[in-house]
Amino acid sequence: MHELPLLSLAIWAPIIAGVAVLFTGGDRNAQAARVIALIGAVIGFLVTIPLYTSFDAQSGGFQFVHRVPWIESFNVWYHLGIDGISLLLILLNSLTTVLVVIAGWQVIQQRVAQYMAAFLILSGLMNGVFSALDAMLFYVFFESTLIPMFIIIGVWGGPNRVYAATKFFLYTLLGSLLSLVALIYLYNVAGGSFVLVDFYEVPLPLSLQVIVFIAFFMAFAVKVPMWPVHTWLPDAHVEAPTGGSVVLAAIMLKLGGYGFLRLSLPIVPDASLYLAPVVIGLSLIAVVYIGLVALVQTDMKKLIAYSSISHMGFVTLGIFIFNTQGVEGAVLQMISHGFISAAMFLCVGVLYDRMHSRQIADYGGVANKMPVFAALFMLFAMANAGLPGTSGFVGEFLVILGAMKVNFWYAFAAAITLIFGAAYTLWMYKRVMFGAVANHHVAELQDINAHECLVLGVLAALVLVMGVWPQPFAEVLHVSVNELLAHVSLSKLPLQ
Amino acid sequence: MTAMQKLYLLVPLAPLAGAIIAGLFGKAIGRRATHTLTILGMVVCLAASFLVYRDVMGGNIFNGPVYTWLVSGNIRFEIGFLIDPLSATMMMVVSFVSLMVHIYTIGYMADDPGYQRFFSYISLFTFSMLMLVMSNNFLQLFFGWEAVGLVSYLLIGFWYTRPTAIYANLKAFLVNRVGDFGFLLGIALVLMYFGTLDYAAVFAGAGRLAGNSIELFPGVSWSLMTVICILLFIGAMGKSAQFPLHVWLPDSMEGPTPISALIHAATMVTAGIFMVARMSPLFELSETALSFVLIIGAITAFFMALIATVQYDIKRVVAYSTLSQLGYMTMALGASAYSAAIFHLFTHAFFKAVLFLGAGSVIIAMHHQQDMRKMGGLAKYMPITYMTVLIGALANAGLPPFAGFFSKETIVEALHHATVPGAGFAYALAVAGVFVGGFYSFRLVFYAFHGKERFADPHHPDVIAADAEAAAIAAAAAHDDHKHDKHENEHAHDHGHDSHAPHESPAVVWVPLVLLAIPSVCAGWFIGTFVYGNYFGSSITVHPAHTAMASMAQGFHGVIGMMTHALGTLPFWLAVAGAGTAWYLYIVRPELPAVLRRKWGVVVTILMEKYGLDRFNDWFFAGGARALGTGLWKGGDIAVIDNVMVNGSARLVGWVAGVVRRVQSGYIYHYAFAMIFGVLTLLTWALIR
Repeated sequence: MHELPLLSLAIWAPIIAGVAVLFTGGDRNAQAARVIALIGAVIGFLVTIPLYTSFDAQSGGFQFVHRVPWIESFNVWYHLGIDGISLLLILLNSLTTVLVVIAGWQVIQQRVAQYMAAFLILSGLMNGVFSALDAMLFYVFFESTLIPMFIIIGVWGGPNRVYAATKFFLYTLLGSLLSLVALIYLYNVAGGSFVLVDFYEVPLPLSLQVIVFIAFFMAFAVKVPMWPVHTWLPDAHVEAPTGGSVVLAAIMLKLGGYGFLRLSLPIVPDASLYLAPVVIGLSLIAVVYIGLVALVQTDMKKLIAYSSISHMGFVTLGIFIFNTQGVEGAVLQMISHGFISAAMFLCVGVLYDRMHSRQIADYGGVANKMPVFAALFMLFAMANAGLPGTSGFVGEFLVILGAMKVNFWYAFAAAITLIFGAAYTLWMYKRVMFGAVANHHVAELQDINAHECLVLGVLAALVLVMGVWPQPFAEVLHVSVNELLAHVSLSKLPLQ
Repeated sequence: MTAMQKLYLLVPLAPLAGAIIAGLFGKAIGRRATHTLTILGMVVCLAASFLVYRDVMGGNIFNGPVYTWLVSGNIRFEIGFLIDPLSATMMMVVSFVSLMVHIYTIGYMADDPGYQRFFSYISLFTFSMLMLVMSNNFLQLFFGWEAVGLVSYLLIGFWYTRPTAIYANLKAFLVNRVGDFGFLLGIALVLMYFGTLDYAAVFAGAGRLAGNSIELFPGVSWSLMTVICILLFIGAMGKSAQFPLHVWLPDSMEGPTPISALIHAATMVTAGIFMVARMSPLFELSETALSFVLIIGAITAFFMALIATVQYDIKRVVAYSTLSQLGYMTMALGASAYSAAIFHLFTHAFFKAVLFLGAGSVIIAMHHQQDMRKMGGLAKYMPITYMTVLIGALANAGLPPFAGFFSKETIVEALHHATVPGAGFAYALAVAGVFVGGFYSFRLVFYAFHGKERFADPHHPDVIAADAEAAAIAAAAAHDDHKHDKHENEHAHDHGHDSHAPHESPAVVWVPLVLLAIPSVCAGWFIGTFVYGNYFGSSITVHPAHTAMASMAQGFHGVIGMMTHALGTLPFWLAVAGAGTAWYLYIVRPELPAVLRRKWGVVVTILMEKYGLDRFNDWFFAGGARALGTGLWKGGDIAVIDNVMVNGSARLVGWVAGVVRRVQSGYIYHYAFAMIFGVLTLLTWALIR
């Protein structure tokens, strides 16, 4: 395979660049900070491309494995490796970082170095989560991602940022503490090993599996976020700066979905099957209930935040129906949601930077003044509504097909998103973009500049390519998903 | 890839290329280059369609993939083409009407700042519609289905500063989404039971699964085919505007007239009819589903025609007539007369495009006035438009020898022969609908083109009534949405006092009209091959028990025979009577309609209110969803989850800390007391044990 430790590079290149950016100091060297950040982000993205090109989609197990001792007294290893699922998420994360750096180029004028550094470090840490094969390493990366995001919201956020940042931090931290206990328990049961694959083989009685499942569930459900532990997300999004919202929605939420796939399902398969109806129920509530809540939002960012929760409901639904279409649909939905939610938040950011308002009522007739933006925003709105030909359709379609195999009414409830998703997205678009010019602030709007056009254009291309030809995204998944499902179907209950 | 396969690809890709060029570079290359290039794309498309059509009629049917969209588990999702007589016919209709509309647009949209955008949209629409009809699988069908919905949304809202237009386009999209909801579930059921979305494989396997049943509610078992077909048909009800999902189509008239002709009459709205005909191997296996289709179609055909009789907006008359004609097609499907349905689709595409484009020509001449009360006597000013609209009306009313006669007559006859439950009801409504059709078609002709020249006479009672109504609507709009009131009022007044004499539209407008009027006259003459010959071959399946078309074929003795036979039948005389009534009311006694309106106030109000469906939907569905959303948000998210659970647990921690803090009082005697109490408790416990 490759000589270069690509995964380590994907993790550490952004982090080192982030630290380097910090050394540029105050805002007098802001331009240097931006350039270094961009170089770091681009390198971080470039090193992930060989991961895709030399990934062997036909072979199972983990690839690009890299293993050195870390804390030997507790048998903790710096152990990395990826399968198809993590591969896509790493690519998404690294690309998003580049876009976020470009998007913040002009908008952020204060504490530029710190801002860029926070995003770069966060990017590296999240790549760490997606490639860790050692439970302790996973946990450390998983928790440490909270810190940069906490800072991003708390420092560059809106007026109510302290409440939002604290809520975000405590919610997610409390959620994941129990999972640490579960991991330590598993360490003991597995005979003093933190290797995830060893956890996969440990037999456990159902009652213990359920406890471990709940511990993991607390951590991941908050992250996704699932109903009813979702209320931190709208607050966090509303207060976060645009870049923060983009990374939060596009990548951080996926840590939850990824956690279910990497930890919950293979480690406690029987409990996962046993409790699946509950998770499916919560997912469908997310799709329907949150869809209705999104409809009546008056704040654009809140609306998109609720729409994110609703779309993430498809991820958890797809995972817990345990068939190929469901799980592949869930992963593709995560990737697509990464593109679309990032684009939607960037679009709101474009408007916010000009008008300093997120209230739908303050807008109207923006399309008159910003035709290029209107066209791009329309594309993303349609993608958010799951229109075929855009990436938003692929995951939802597969999950609905998968759900139909399990129960007609699961598919029925999930398909309601076809109506609600279109209703809340297009109604917002109508009120913001269509109509006569609403007021003199709108009348003075300038169409998007080159930076904004570049970032939105890249996302638009990805949304269309994935919608028209999702096969390149899906083909790396097949073997990994089949292995995962094969694993889930094997009971781990100890033989009587 | 053979040369023919390359042609298949060229058919949809030529308009797509036009759409992309016009969309991305339209501003840069200018108006002239934009319309030249998109029309060139359409010419290539039509020529290729024609070559493909000839090839298919020569017996060369194609069914094959283009590329693999996605593989998931053991399911391959392909993009591919099925080119058979059914799809080749649709390709011809779509590309021909689309080309005409492209040309017409040069004239109609000449002054519009969104000229290039419009061409981009209509070319994109043509691409989407072609992908829909050429598909060989359910996935691509759904792609095209949603894509035409998207373009329809964009085009209804083309004038996006008008509040009515952006209300109408959102409504159209959402109502269609309700249909798509059913459609998608139907597709998912197909995939689940057949394991593939490929037409050929599904149809081949349909017989095997005909006996299967499915339990959606515990203890209630339904035939699988019935459930699948009804779900698929719900999709068709959205797209082809069947009751009760028809409510979006009249409002879609907010879009520019060329798209009303192309999308909301000739092509897109017939996608549902096409789809059901394509799925005939499935529908034929369920009597219940056919009966459902039949009844929905009958309701639409008759009750929508009634609304057309009271409308004043010239486009809305045509829109309701479209709904009614779509109802006829749907009835034909329910009666297993698929070839008749497609034949009516074929003739209707021409004569309805003529009516819409003719209405558009009138609208240009009247400076964007659409109210027929302000027209009258236009025939002598715009003779070409008049002649073409007259042809369209004759065809729409179903009078021989015009195209609509043959297709409508066949449908009515097929309903007479049909045996599916509900056929009698459908037949009665279809026959009654013929009278109404004759009436509203000629009401339009006489009211707009004959009689007094009301456009020049601001004191005519009809004009006064129209102005009063326009003012009331403007006031209501101002009340609803005071942001836009000023703009709209000015708009209304601009056109109110226009008294230039109308004149014939330019050649780019009337040439397409004439080219579409020709098939509106003679398209029906091909009924022999189209309906009674084995034209569709294997693309349509009819269950041997459904004998309506077969027995009618035996009674068919050529076009002339059919016309002479019709002279002795009820529908013909009803159509004539309808036209005669319109003549009496609008030419002989023009003061009478107003009297009748007053006399039959309740009926007229019900019809003007469109049976109250719009109000109900706004109140129940739109209002209900918003109320529910607000309730869940304020009650669920904010009150219960955030205040009680999240902030509540934070407060609980604070409260517990407050209580526990008091224990650490710092006084020695408190601690000493606690120690002694503890020691005593432990001792007591040890002793009692």
